[in-house]
Amino acid sequence: MVESKQQWKAWLYLSPAIILLLVFTVWPIINTVRMAFLEGYSGLAAVGGQTFQFGFGNFVKVVKYKRFLNCLKNTVLLCVLTVPISSFLALLIAVCLNSIKPLQKVLQTIFFLPYVTNSIAIGMVFAAMFNIVGSFFGTENEIIVTAGIINNIIEFFGGHAVNWINAGSSYIANLTVMVVYIVWNALPFKILILLGGLQSINKQYYEAARVDGTSRTRIFTRITVPLLSPMLAYVVITGFIGGFKEYTSIVGIFGEKMGPPDDAGRMNTMVGFIYDSLSSNNQGRASAAALILFAIILVVTLINLQVSKKRVHY
Amino acid sequence: MKVELENLTKIFPSRNKKSQEVVVAVDNFTFSIPDGKLVGLLGPSGCGKSTTLYMISGLQKPTSGKIYFGDDDVTELTPEHRGVGLVFQNYALYPHMTVKQNILFPLQNLKGEDKLTKDEMLERAYNAAKLVQIDDLMDRKPNELSGGQQQRVAIARALVKMPRVLLLDEPLSNLDARLRLQTREEIRRIQRETQITTVFVTHDQEEAMSISDIIVVMKTGVVQQIGKPQEVYDNPINLFVAKFLGTPPINVFSGRVEGGMLYIGDDAVLPARGIDDREVTVGIRPEGFVLSEDGPLHCKLSSVEVMGRDVSIVSGHDASLNPVIRSIIDADCKLDPTAECVRFALKPHKVFIFDKETEERILPEE
Repeated sequence: MVESKQQWKAWLYLSPAIILLLVFTVWPIINTVRMAFLEGYSGLAAVGGQTFQFGFGNFVKVVKYKRFLNCLKNTVLLCVLTVPISSFLALLIAVCLNSIKPLQKVLQTIFFLPYVTNSIAIGMVFAAMFNIVGSFFGTENEIIVTAGIINNIIEFFGGHAVNWINAGSSYIANLTVMVVYIVWNALPFKILILLGGLQSINKQYYEAARVDGTSRTRIFTRITVPLLSPMLAYVVITGFIGGFKEYTSIVGIFGEKMGPPDDAGRMNTMVGFIYDSLSSNNQGRASAAALILFAIILVVTLINLQVSKKRVHY
Repeated sequence: MKVELENLTKIFPSRNKKSQEVVVAVDNFTFSIPDGKLVGLLGPSGCGKSTTLYMISGLQKPTSGKIYFGDDDVTELTPEHRGVGLVFQNYALYPHMTVKQNILFPLQNLKGEDKLTKDEMLERAYNAAKLVQIDDLMDRKPNELSGGQQQRVAIARALVKMPRVLLLDEPLSNLDARLRLQTREEIRRIQRETQITTVFVTHDQEEAMSISDIIVVMKTGVVQQIGKPQEVYDNPINLFVAKFLGTPPINVFSGRVEGGMLYIGDDAVLPARGIDDREVTVGIRPEGFVLSEDGPLHCKLSSVEVMGRDVSIVSGHDASLNPVIRSIIDADCKLDPTAECVRFALKPHKVFIFDKETEERILPEE
């Protein structure tokens, strides 16, 4: 036991951290909950002396709001598509990377580059890659010149150029671009984690498996994946959490319009919706949306943990 | 299955690309392991014994030389085609599988004609488990087992596919002293029951001596001596082998042969007929000393350790190359522990004479 005389000292030393946490974390959380339950709360109006009723009005409004439902759909779709794809690809790349000796360090660095690059900048590069040049006011076949490298490649192989992100582009095309970009952006961190996990697996398990004549696929499914399962669970869970907070990637590709020029907001996400609500001085709605997002992430994470309890071998 | 090694050599390239230095882990190893025998590869760390084992298993490829199992040349075969069971030093049990799944694992890998039905697999797994007496632990995970039990599981996993050759890499080094004694008896029993040709690697001479049919003593990649444990102990070919075998270790003196007599210091200890006059190194086993009032070897008495069955006398001599001389005498012999000087006679067959430079054994010319 710490003597009681000493306790005030302990509190003193902890106080800088505690004060900062109280001001910048605990109070905002409490305030968010408060604002979410004050119907139609607006910061400006509150300063003007207006009072608000306590109730679930904000939540009801948000859930009934079409734009919010669109954001929710986009977010869930992106999560469901990108997390499995990026996790699987990262596992594949990590296993390959781990099994080669020459150039391993070089490739590792290359694969890690996106992680240290600004994601808005990457988004702009991707936007350029998927871009088209030329008039696009009529039918699909009206694209005459394409400058985006992706379309150039498609045309090189004899395909038709696709309008990915410009005015008149389809939702599927927009979504495809987003999935490619998010997966690519998510890979480095996952590869890093999985590669670290792979390298900490005792080589003797593989030698034992070789002596026993285990096939490569069986080694992968019966030894590598189970022994890597804690890392995989970590990668998937953080992937979902990150996925539900998707925002900058949309800005990177589409700019602040959050959609193709002729359909602003089409690709908007939950976090985007919260930002929009805040900037239109609708803090009540933003807070309610934030709490809904929190609840969704909580439930998904709990499901993830429950599933991994059976599948993960620590 | 007879295992033959023919001029087996393993050279590891230097880690440093600039230097041309290479490491010769195993140098020109030729040896035939008779069918159904238990062979111990013995030597200090870095002597190439584990490398030899891994070459037999196929996990490492020899730089040159051949390996035969019976009449089959297996040098180019991958491990799974050789039919070897390998027990790793730290067992390498798959931590996420139960004991049963671990033992079943090699069987589930079988393909084509060798493929077994589920019942056959289970039967063989249980037979292997019974052999090593772990059949009541089948549903545990490896981390719920003691070291000795894990060791047994590893052996069962190696045995379950009925290998032609069983290989054990330092099988006892991760066990505590008592368990080690028990387990080595167990390995001996299992080997006798299965009659599988077995090679095991150890740095512990006592372990190797106690259970091997044949021991192979190695040093820096070169085989020093091969033979039955007692033969090698009684007839070491050089000073290294003499020093490596036996506890307490052999006592080493600098001495000389002069006029057909072996001298240690000024003491003429034994006749040495048939050996030219020269400086020599003398090795005397601890049990080669006999207390004698008029014995030729004069030693300064340091202490007497009573061990019940026998007595260990610690003494010193100016010509001794070891810090102390340890001799083991029957407990019936009376010795005044306060005496300053103790005199020994020597048993001739426990005294070995080695060349001072080459450290090779010098045997009298007949």
